[in-house]
Amino acid sequence: MNRPELVCPAGTPAALRTAVDAGADAVYCGFQNATNARNFPGLNFTMPEMERSVAYAHAHGTKVLLAVNTFPPAGKFPLWREAIDAGNQLGVDAFIVADIGVAEYVVTTCPERRLHLSVQAAASSPEAIRYYCREFGVRRVVLPRILTIPEIRAMGQEIPCEMETFIFGNHGLMVEGRCSLTNYVTGLSTNMDGVCSPASQVRYEPDARGGLESRLGAFTIDCFARTEKAGYPTICKGRYLADCRTGPYYAFEEPISLNLSMLLPDLIRSGVHAFKIEGRQRSRAYVKSVVSAFRTSVDAILAGSEPQLDDLVALTEGRKQTEGAFKSKAWR
Amino acid sequence: MAAQLTLGPILFHWPAAARRDFYARIADEAPVGTVYLGEVVCSKRAPFFDEHILDVAARLERGGKTVVLSSLCEVMLKRERDMIREFAAIADREIEVNDASALFHASGRPHRIGTMMNVYNEVTLAALARRGATHFCLPGEVTRAAVSVLAARAAELGVGIEVQVFGRLSLAVSARCYHARAHGRAKDNCQFVCEEDPDGMTLSTIAGQPFLAVNGIQTLSHSYVDLLAELGDIVGLGVTHLRLSPHTQDMVATASVFRDVLDGRIEATEGQARLRALRPEASFSNGFWHGKAGHIHTAAAMRAG
Repeated sequence: MNRPELVCPAGTPAALRTAVDAGADAVYCGFQNATNARNFPGLNFTMPEMERSVAYAHAHGTKVLLAVNTFPPAGKFPLWREAIDAGNQLGVDAFIVADIGVAEYVVTTCPERRLHLSVQAAASSPEAIRYYCREFGVRRVVLPRILTIPEIRAMGQEIPCEMETFIFGNHGLMVEGRCSLTNYVTGLSTNMDGVCSPASQVRYEPDARGGLESRLGAFTIDCFARTEKAGYPTICKGRYLADCRTGPYYAFEEPISLNLSMLLPDLIRSGVHAFKIEGRQRSRAYVKSVVSAFRTSVDAILAGSEPQLDDLVALTEGRKQTEGAFKSKAWR
Repeated sequence: MAAQLTLGPILFHWPAAARRDFYARIADEAPVGTVYLGEVVCSKRAPFFDEHILDVAARLERGGKTVVLSSLCEVMLKRERDMIREFAAIADREIEVNDASALFHASGRPHRIGTMMNVYNEVTLAALARRGATHFCLPGEVTRAAVSVLAARAAELGVGIEVQVFGRLSLAVSARCYHARAHGRAKDNCQFVCEEDPDGMTLSTIAGQPFLAVNGIQTLSHSYVDLLAELGDIVGLGVTHLRLSPHTQDMVATASVFRDVLDGRIEATEGQARLRALRPEASFSNGFWHGKAGHIHTAAAMRAG
């Protein structure tokens, strides 16, 4: 059995130290600008913070993967170039990229650095992945959350690089790196600005029936009765009306989190090299609980004993969880 | 150089007979120079039209159109991978690539790059052009500022640049079929219910505001992109091709409106009135071009200087 890496979110220097201390094999993080796909206020690293954080992680034997995984808009490429140059100078262990131009910049300026293909590149077939391996020397692919375990196992036999899969956190429904819903509503782009349903355009307003309406920009995303907990207005998790339906329904997906803890042994046997925990926007306490739980669990599985992961349900969105596409293709 | 109008691939599940009739009329009457053919959204739909596609292509070519074959935007299953391998082997016509699987096969020889390929910047454009790309249809969310840089670089490299100027805009794709979901089915058991909505299925907000349009695994804008008022500016920036995305309205008349505005036979405002008359219930948008939220329709402030 291979020993998969546990790849953990680090939205802030404090979260990075927490993840390192909780047993992360690798952390992923980004700079405080549009070069990474979690460009949220109050998150991410300045240059001096990144320098101290890389030193802390390396001192504890943890790798640092730098996410430079948005798509630079024309005319703005220098900002992405600076992020790569800075990561190279600081000695990060790999770059996570999605844009072909950024990938090519890494290969030409620092070919010795490991290149990981971000989920934002939306490479979902062996040929798509092999394209990036052949052209840019990609060493690992982060697989889209749309493949079943048998499909992942088959994938591993057809590609010349490592595979990383998401195991816990946000359950994104749209093909990542191909979604402009937020930009259509807010004028900020998920692909180019690294934002999804930005908080600055979220409003909760009382509706006519005494409930609460969640809005993003000019559009109502969901309505909640007084007894319901109001969810965050992510477009692909809202309720809408369609002529063929009676009443509002979750047109895309319920607000629900991905939790593959029960599938970990299968994933390890399928040849997955790294498990990714989503959540750079989450608190230190969350990072500590989730990373510790998965550390214990992965170690238990590798030692041949039973993992205990019941507590994780409490941390999932709305306390609802799914194994998504991984378990069965009926999800599609 | 005069900009050319193109007709993008039909994004919706139209019956094969309707497609044949549609293209016969396009071949004879529409003032478009290039027509893109092929199923780009859902591999399950492809067999219905596959047996007619070569006849239709020949018919369009007899009408003086250039035919380009477009590939599927999401490739995952064995069946889809086989489709892409065959697609990339096409030698007698140009191909438009919409995912990296097709690029794997086509890289190194001439091909076009479709809107789903995320060409947002001049570095990516040049990297793909070096590997054989001859023409780029840009993503729907690119702004005027970005297009000005991309078109300039494209001109240096001698490759074409295309921008969608009419039709609902693709905003997202998924592995899940939202048409099947709306009807309580799974993708494998969809019974092609998407055929009921030849322009997409409207999703409205709970407040009753039309918002999005579902087309199988694809989510589109409910509003129709209309860049009539911006045409002069777009062409002035060096964009070589202007894409009309097919809808059930009269697309010959739609193309004629755009051609008349391009050629200065009518003012943009008259063009807009004629365009709206072709689909009175539609709402229109041009926000992305102006660097704003995509759903917005704003009066064109920036004209070719």
